[in-house]
Amino acid sequence: MAGQVLTAGAGAEMLDRLEDLLRRARAGGAVEADAFMVEEELQTVQVRLGTVESLKHARENRCSLRVFTESGLASATTSDLSPGALARLVDESVRLAQVARRDEYSGLPAREALAREVPDLDIWDTDGHAMGVEDKIDWARRAEAAALETDARVRNSEGAEFYDRQGRVAYASSGGFAGGFRISSFALSVTPVAADDGDMERDYWYTSARHLADLESPEEIGREAARRAVRRLGGRKGETVEVPVVFDPETAASLVRSLAVAASGPSLYRGTSFLIGQRGRTVASPRVTIVDDPMMPKGLGSRPFDGEGLPSRRTVLVDRGVLASYLLDTYSARRLGLVATGHAAREDGGGVTVGYTNLYLEPGPWAPAEIVRSVDRGLYVTELIGFGVNFVTGDYSRGAVGFWIEGGELTYPVEEITIAGNLRQMMQDVEMVGQDLAFRDQTAAPTLKISRLTVAGQ
Amino acid sequence: MTTTTPPTRPERFFADRFGLSQSRLEALVGSAASRVDYADVFIEYQVAEELALEDGVVKRASRTISQGGGVRAQAGVRTGYAYTDDLDIRHLEVAARQAQAIAEHPGESGPIAVHGSPRPHDLYRLALAPVEADLTAKVALLGQVDRLARAQDPRVRQVIATLASIEQTILIATSANWQLADVRPLTRLNVTVVVEDGRRREIGSFGGGGRVAFDYFVEGERWARFAREAARQALVKLGAVAAPAGTMTVVLGPGWPGILLHEAIGHGLEGDFNRKGVSAFTGRIGERVASDLVTVVDDGTLPNRRGSLNVDDEGTPTSRTVLIEKGVLRAYMQDRLNARLLGTGLTGNGRRESFQHPPMPRMTNTFMLAGEEPPEDIVRSVSRGLYAVAFGGGQVDITSGKFVFSASEAYLIEDGHVTAPVKGATLIGSGPDALTRVSRVGHDLALDEGVGTCGKDGQSVPVGVGLPTIRIDGITVGGTEV
Repeated sequence: MAGQVLTAGAGAEMLDRLEDLLRRARAGGAVEADAFMVEEELQTVQVRLGTVESLKHARENRCSLRVFTESGLASATTSDLSPGALARLVDESVRLAQVARRDEYSGLPAREALAREVPDLDIWDTDGHAMGVEDKIDWARRAEAAALETDARVRNSEGAEFYDRQGRVAYASSGGFAGGFRISSFALSVTPVAADDGDMERDYWYTSARHLADLESPEEIGREAARRAVRRLGGRKGETVEVPVVFDPETAASLVRSLAVAASGPSLYRGTSFLIGQRGRTVASPRVTIVDDPMMPKGLGSRPFDGEGLPSRRTVLVDRGVLASYLLDTYSARRLGLVATGHAAREDGGGVTVGYTNLYLEPGPWAPAEIVRSVDRGLYVTELIGFGVNFVTGDYSRGAVGFWIEGGELTYPVEEITIAGNLRQMMQDVEMVGQDLAFRDQTAAPTLKISRLTVAGQ
Repeated sequence: MTTTTPPTRPERFFADRFGLSQSRLEALVGSAASRVDYADVFIEYQVAEELALEDGVVKRASRTISQGGGVRAQAGVRTGYAYTDDLDIRHLEVAARQAQAIAEHPGESGPIAVHGSPRPHDLYRLALAPVEADLTAKVALLGQVDRLARAQDPRVRQVIATLASIEQTILIATSANWQLADVRPLTRLNVTVVVEDGRRREIGSFGGGGRVAFDYFVEGERWARFAREAARQALVKLGAVAAPAGTMTVVLGPGWPGILLHEAIGHGLEGDFNRKGVSAFTGRIGERVASDLVTVVDDGTLPNRRGSLNVDDEGTPTSRTVLIEKGVLRAYMQDRLNARLLGTGLTGNGRRESFQHPPMPRMTNTFMLAGEEPPEDIVRSVSRGLYAVAFGGGQVDITSGKFVFSASEAYLIEDGHVTAPVKGATLIGSGPDALTRVSRVGHDLALDEGVGTCGKDGQSVPVGVGLPTIRIDGITVGGTEV
């Protein structure tokens, strides 16, 4: 295989097996092929009311091969990495490729577009995984104990969980790329249940990081989870009105995720996005800038190259309200007559789709309290449930939980309500953007105020 | 390929292929069961195939083989779980020791209850498994779907049709000294149609399937009905007006709108939430939670249904469990752990996504029994309200009981008549309250077409739902029109 072997700690042995697989694929009739292999080890500890309820430990492997023949393309995946099983992958994918047809846009990226280095993004914790199981149990216990001690109304719990995973990822293509990297993740979460006067509410809080040392303390997580559960007690169903709506950072991030789905290549060429033909046009308020940055050091969504070996680079999706870029893999870019942005992600079955990495809305000038203070009568949203987003039209209708704002103050909790509008209009109606951007998850946003939405209640 | 030929006797399959003989598995479970209450081993070999058509041709084809074994050991409330995707007996032995060490809890364990070997059902024996059916015939069917959907209307712009087939072969061995195996076929055809009229663009989806052979889609031209229905739904939505907002009377059509039951009461009646006391239905067995017109069952024994199983993933034969009888809460759905801790019987609801996950209580096919009214009379009884016939997904907060489900095809009811189609809207209600407002139940019980997948705690399992036409006096509709 031509092309430099690039590794940031992934085993040369994995890459050797992939190269061997690609050689066999070409011998079996593929004109082009690519393959990836993932090896992971994970442990989960669950504690409830101080007692260990579940411990889970596992190692997982999988390998996927995608082949392009003269007329077709297909992929096959196996969790069995024995030589015999890998040989069968070639047979399976070549056989399937006889029935699936490729078009003029399909194929691997051009050789000159491939990544030439694998940057170290500090996403593997070299020694964090040495943490003993007793320590993991202790962290989960401490988080839950802090939640139970914070407020007398927190009397029960769905439990606390500590989770860690480390893996090695390797990717190689007949186009001349071979690279790999190691990856870690750690997470601690707790779900307390508060009860008062026959009313029962749960909420949760979490911390997650690439490095064990970057997790927040179990006590902080427990206290915040308890605060969130207790504040929901006594919720009322609001009235049905059109009012300004303030999204807290967690729910604001969900709006950004929805926008990213609509801006993804496959949604665009399939005709299932409300952003078709909007590139270069104003789709949001000038206060809105949305960025996807796979290069963020220690980022929960960071990766040194994309699922087809293209280099990772920062993409400005929305620049002060203007839709500056779509999120594109090689195929969707060619179909749309654009250049791939390095957003190929691999599906479980080995196919290619588009995925965002570290996706965020840039912070604005307002303190969150000032945003709430600007609302005379409106809703502050802390949780959204359900799937009521139509990406073809942008129509939006979801269940919500939060607080009623009266005279610039959060008053009583509200529940069993919906908020509805249209995503495109909502992005244009962003009236205030908070300063409070924090990367708790792969996607992040500060507090957002949207000038008008329909709240349905009584 | 011979490697994926369905085993005629699944017990032999794992013995022949991986050397996992009955005696080896007994020894394996024995090592996991030392000094714990209970142990079991779940061995799985799964083949999944997916073909996807867009732009008139099949453009994506994939086949995935996953195999592995999970070993579980239980003592008191503790569960040790370890799994490996290597079916070599040595790796399974390591997993068994890990699970045992995790769960071991000397001093608390009572004697192990020994049950006789359960007798599984035989609900989905097929002449030819859907993963084995001829690829060319599958590709041809997807092509027919595409042409028929496009022929429905010149405004059809895109057709995406997917055919997914799975075959899961499992073997369960337990410390209660029995082993059993099952082969579970599953297939689904989905059609999505995008339409555009120059001003607006809309989408419609329809599909179905079950634990059936590929021929199921050809019989009675089911594929054609799916294609026409997806196109019709998309075209109706092109003309939709804004949905109303606020609390109003809602009539739900038969079939898939039964997702109401899955969200409003189903999850809240799963044994784990009730053992932990975190469900809005905790401690309410024997209480009224619905109007006396409402009887709801969970039934995993319906032949060839998507949510059906011969045995659950702990080897318990599935059953028909009456959850709500004439409005009164009768039972929770249980897995082995929670049934033991709550001191109740097994219901055959211990399910898991794969060997990578321990089982937990899950639904199978959940539906409301038919009433007596003609559905037309139910619509006619409403002066102003919403008539919702197709839904997307739903979600529930078990603890507060608040649930949502999103209508994708709905109409206004004005003076007893179905009038304008409205845009999609989320409906929100409170589980313990919503079914008390059911004031009319139709005689037209229908089960869904076989498309449902339920997610819980990161695990997805296929499920079914069903409903006759019902009237609910007051549920909140999340439209935009105040």
